[in-house]
Amino acid sequence: MSTDTTVAAPGHAVEASHAPTSPRGAVLPAAVRAEWTKLRSVRSTVWSLVATIGITVALGMLFCFAYTRRFDRLGLRERLTFDPTAQSLRGLFLAQLAIGVLGVLVISSEYATGLIRTTLAAVPQRRVVLAAKGIVFGIIAAVVTTIAVFIAFFAGQAVLETKHLGASIGDPHVLRAVLGAAVYLTFVGLLGLAFGTIVRRTAGAIATLVGVVLVLPLLAQALPSPWNDDIAKFLPGGIGASLFSVRSLAGRLGPGAALLVALLWLVGTLAIATILISRRDA
Amino acid sequence: MIDVRGLTKRYGPTLAVDGLSFQVASGRVTGFLGPNGAGKSTTMRLILGLDTPNAGTATINGTSYRGRRFPMHEVGALLDAQALHPGRSAFHHLLALAQSNRIGRRRVDEVLGLVGLGDVAGRRAGPFSLGMQQRLGIASVMLGDPEILLFDEPVTGLDPEGIVWIRNLFHRLAGEGRTVFVSSHLMSEMALTAQHLVVIGRGKLIADDSIERITAGAGSRVRVLSPQRDELSSVLTSEGATVQTEDGALVVAGLDAPRVGDLAAAHRITLHELTPQRASLEEAFFELTEDSVEYHGGEPGWPGSKTGAKS
Repeated sequence: MSTDTTVAAPGHAVEASHAPTSPRGAVLPAAVRAEWTKLRSVRSTVWSLVATIGITVALGMLFCFAYTRRFDRLGLRERLTFDPTAQSLRGLFLAQLAIGVLGVLVISSEYATGLIRTTLAAVPQRRVVLAAKGIVFGIIAAVVTTIAVFIAFFAGQAVLETKHLGASIGDPHVLRAVLGAAVYLTFVGLLGLAFGTIVRRTAGAIATLVGVVLVLPLLAQALPSPWNDDIAKFLPGGIGASLFSVRSLAGRLGPGAALLVALLWLVGTLAIATILISRRDA
Repeated sequence: MIDVRGLTKRYGPTLAVDGLSFQVASGRVTGFLGPNGAGKSTTMRLILGLDTPNAGTATINGTSYRGRRFPMHEVGALLDAQALHPGRSAFHHLLALAQSNRIGRRRVDEVLGLVGLGDVAGRRAGPFSLGMQQRLGIASVMLGDPEILLFDEPVTGLDPEGIVWIRNLFHRLAGEGRTVFVSSHLMSEMALTAQHLVVIGRGKLIADDSIERITAGAGSRVRVLSPQRDELSSVLTSEGATVQTEDGALVVAGLDAPRVGDLAAAHRITLHELTPQRASLEEAFFELTEDSVEYHGGEPGWPGSKTGAKS
């Protein structure tokens, strides 16, 4: 090897090896893999999901147990309108906050640490980042809450069965109601992700979520009739009641309509989130 | 090659970057120097498409950053080493970044070894020292083996050994023909690390030149000792130099040492000493930015501030 080639070689080698060689393939699947790694590699995520299951099941059993203790003193009317499925799912009241807060944190924790800049520098197409987070968190939330509501249903019915009050999963509308509960929790979780993206700060986003999910229905109820029911049925709480009630409730949407309204909420809030994350400075 | 043209960024009433234009060439370390608040980090965010400029453009290899699909193979950037999820391990932090750009898992282990974090890869990154977090950040930049590398204040928090290590790394990367763009507010560090400097103050370009020319251009003096001091002084002054007396010697500005020697010889003036005095980069930097320091300290702290330089 002559001196000339050894001197020249490094320069040429560098130019050859450092020509940008961007891999082929779609951006979204890569971003989804990355978001899945992020979600599973943080212990607090795992604990939040366990807590969501624990709250749903434990509170559901507690409400069922309380009902069995009260049952002998209840009037006929109350006994007849009793919905054992809904009773076993009453832990949703608190579980929706656990999954909603996790949805907020999926993105707000990145804003809090500044990691969002690293993320958006790695994936400059910001819609893809939000879509990947939505897909990964949405699937995880759906799987975990489905597990939660089924355990809560069967555990709750076992408690009610001590007074022969339990429902069977095969009874009319029961399976739909139980699945509806998981759909509702996943819906609130994704709503949390949208609010987390829009508000960016964890505390503010959680406050917004609590406001929309818990406070707005109370405000709506304060309105004179019939406005109170007309508005309340389109709010997340009203949608939830329609989704996980076995009986059709007066003044509420049917389960199909409720699902549609839930989807409209998600489309609306996630569209705002997408526009904001794309336009704002990171 | 990074190309910044007329870049302007306003945050509310504050003009963070003001009509900034410069280019960062490959094959050398370019220092991006300026006092705190000069707009260095903003400029880097604009180059990376994280913030949108009010005017002007920033391109990398001719195209804007935002349009890229898997940018880490071409551009690596470390903006803030502390931007980590405290509960995530070093390995998983890098793995998620790698996966987002279709980089293999083996490369993650490689870069962890490269920065000396192989042994703590499985540990949560939150309790890491700032120096370790900087190394983790450098590992993330190296993941895609990029041709263009940007670092915002990478030396902060590193111990002396780490500083020498990072300096050698930058030199090696530039030696391989890559573009290395490093911001700092420490002139002394840049003097040892960079070959070329882009100096900004209050969002405006102050200098864009090699280290040698910046130090040479800023206040180089010639110290002369002569028994015929007054005679020499008038000769030099008539040639356009500024002459001051200091401890019995003449300090000449505006003429270089050979010219002073030639003039003395031509006028048969005896010289006992003829010493070129190079300004340090600190002095050069002070001279360049003294009008553009955003926050003057009330006490000696910032080496470039007028109030700090009293004595």
